[in-house]
Amino acid sequence: MLARIQVPSQARRGEVMTIRISIQHAMETGYRLDDFGRAYPKNVIHTLSCHYGGKEVFRAEMGSGIAANPYFEFYVLADQSGELRFEWQDDSGVGGAERATVQVVT
Amino acid sequence: MMNRRTFLSSGFCALPWCTPIAWAQTETKREQLMREVSGGAVVNPGRVIVDTPTLADNGHSIPVRITVESPMTPEDYVQRVTILAERNPRPIVASFMFSPASGRAEVMTRIRLADIQDVVAVAQLANGTYWYGQTKVIVTELACLEEVR
Repeated sequence: MLARIQVPSQARRGEVMTIRISIQHAMETGYRLDDFGRAYPKNVIHTLSCHYGGKEVFRAEMGSGIAANPYFEFYVLADQSGELRFEWQDDSGVGGAERATVQVVT
Repeated sequence: MMNRRTFLSSGFCALPWCTPIAWAQTETKREQLMREVSGGAVVNPGRVIVDTPTLADNGHSIPVRITVESPMTPEDYVQRVTILAERNPRPIVASFMFSPASGRAEVMTRIRLADIQDVVAVAQLANGTYWYGQTKVIVTELACLEEVR
């Protein structure tokens, strides 16, 4: 699963960092029909989490109400140099992970 | 033998389980959803800003930014924000969990809307109180048009 993340490479301690993530996914609602009138089964990314320094700082739980190719913009307080780890999973059990390191200067 | 007269005089219709049905009719769908999200607690208006375009060309992707006024300290922070779209087939759109390490209780995403409606966001604070904000969105081309059920 393709994903793009945007995390500042460097931040000051105490600074609020803007995190952007976009994942390539159809977010199939289960209401869309094929040519034979059969519904495409519902398959959406149901959970996305972000860990920073081993601690969960953000989590999204969603249904079919999120648009295709889900995009999120949220904030994390810069505390120490470390890794931001993103994980997500869809209804079919397929998931993905992405990571980025941030250098925190004082 | 049970006939109409004995049935009515038995007090069957005065049983307390009849009242929730009448009560549910006076409660709107939005109130019902907000009660579901808050677990019965009172949801106060205010503190939550839902920022969306007033007119959306396309219901398949509508940018929504939710901002909650909060200092985000370990004593006073926003735990959870839930987006509700009452006229969608699945009205609970998403919920977001924050922590004091979030720094700011703000999130932006893109949602689907199946009808012209108010987008409601309910925030749960660490002190156990609930707050909500809402914005009306006019959608010219709706999502879920294929829906037959």
